[in-house]
Amino acid sequence: MALVRKDLALELRTKEAVPAMFLFSVSTFVLFRFGLDRTTLEGDLASGVLWVTLLFAAVLGMNRLFVAEREEGGFDAFLLAPVDRTSLFVAKAAVLFGFLVAVELAAVPVFALLLLGPSPVGALPELLAVLVLADLGIAIVGTLVGALAVQTRARDLIVPLLALPLVTPVVIAAGQATAPLLAEAGAAALPGRWLGVLGLYDLVFGLLALAVFDFLLED
Amino acid sequence: MFGRGLKTLSIASLLLICGAFALVAFYAPNDADQGFVQKIFYLHVPLAIVALGGFVAGGVYAIRYLRSRDRADDLRSYVAIHLSLILGLAVLATGSIWAKASWGAWWVWDEPTLVSFLIVFLLFACYQPLRFSIEDPERQARYAAVFAIIGGAFVPLNFLAVRLADSLIHPRVLSTTGGSMPGEMRITFLVSVVAMIVLFVTLWKYELTSKHAGMQLRALKRRLGGEDAVGPLSRTAPNQV
Repeated sequence: MALVRKDLALELRTKEAVPAMFLFSVSTFVLFRFGLDRTTLEGDLASGVLWVTLLFAAVLGMNRLFVAEREEGGFDAFLLAPVDRTSLFVAKAAVLFGFLVAVELAAVPVFALLLLGPSPVGALPELLAVLVLADLGIAIVGTLVGALAVQTRARDLIVPLLALPLVTPVVIAAGQATAPLLAEAGAAALPGRWLGVLGLYDLVFGLLALAVFDFLLED
Repeated sequence: MFGRGLKTLSIASLLLICGAFALVAFYAPNDADQGFVQKIFYLHVPLAIVALGGFVAGGVYAIRYLRSRDRADDLRSYVAIHLSLILGLAVLATGSIWAKASWGAWWVWDEPTLVSFLIVFLLFACYQPLRFSIEDPERQARYAAVFAIIGGAFVPLNFLAVRLADSLIHPRVLSTTGGSMPGEMRITFLVSVVAMIVLFVTLWKYELTSKHAGMQLRALKRRLGGEDAVGPLSRTAPNQV
């Protein structure tokens, strides 16, 4: 808890990650408007644009996640403290999850305003469920990747290289689940099996991360 | 250390590969739809099975490394992933040729097995960049092991997600419904798979032996001539002492 509070306080004071992620998302929406040469999007195209943008914004957050620890020697301080090492993973994943939710709270309405043809209000609860499950998966994998990459020389290169293939299943499932919610003919029913895939992904990688994270913090 | 049984294995893999190709060329019947082109199947599918198996084996050895901290396990994991990457290139190439011949396009996106293989391949292609951008040899082995475990678990999950995302046009050769191969094809296919597995193990042992011998040579040179006698550590092999 203290770790989460520390990171959130740091973010509130420096305002480094979340505003950058948000600005990046908005610029990407603008780029898609011209890249696709469409003024409104709906259905699977809208869902794809939304998820690819959110994912790239998340990669920015993963890059920043452990930088303060490395630069200020926080890893050593943490290892000296009498706490379980897993708690650092849980705290960092929670922080990244919080960043993602904060970015989406701002970026998804902007997306709806700028690009989305049909209004997503009718399908809001389903959309929220997909967002939360996908964010959970991205936060878990992102924390692992951030911790793996922070000790390497080519940190900013390694994070996207590792993260993008690893979260491909999240984009597949979230994209497929979101597409009918943003359909032009009004929101269709949410395909439940995609939520199942997202949940399974979160569960598997959550357990896996808890099992292997200790080994990243040994020195 | 790693060289035991290498001679037997080499002979066995030579015989099995020649035998498998002979079966493919002379024994297995031509496919009714696709004709002769279908025979690339006896190369493509065993390669893919062995490459995926090699990735998972890399993950298993990584778990063993984290348990035992035995550098030999790290080397085993590294070489398995390294070889699987090379086989992976061959899988993508043969798959592409087969796709062109039977479906008319070099790459077919709505074909889950090919796409999932590409994603897995892209993920493991980052194994070496990650590994060699860490300086400290012990940390390098540890981080590579964590990556290999994540990757090994990712393989089945990824196949599930991609498979659900699309209609199925890939032939399910050994599906639960019993498959649709006539007996001669099935025998040829099984022999090809076994041959490929033995070939993989042989190559794996060769590379292990070579890497191990190289390391011993370095250690001896260093002992004879001091630190200056050896050049900077190679970046193409895990740094071990």
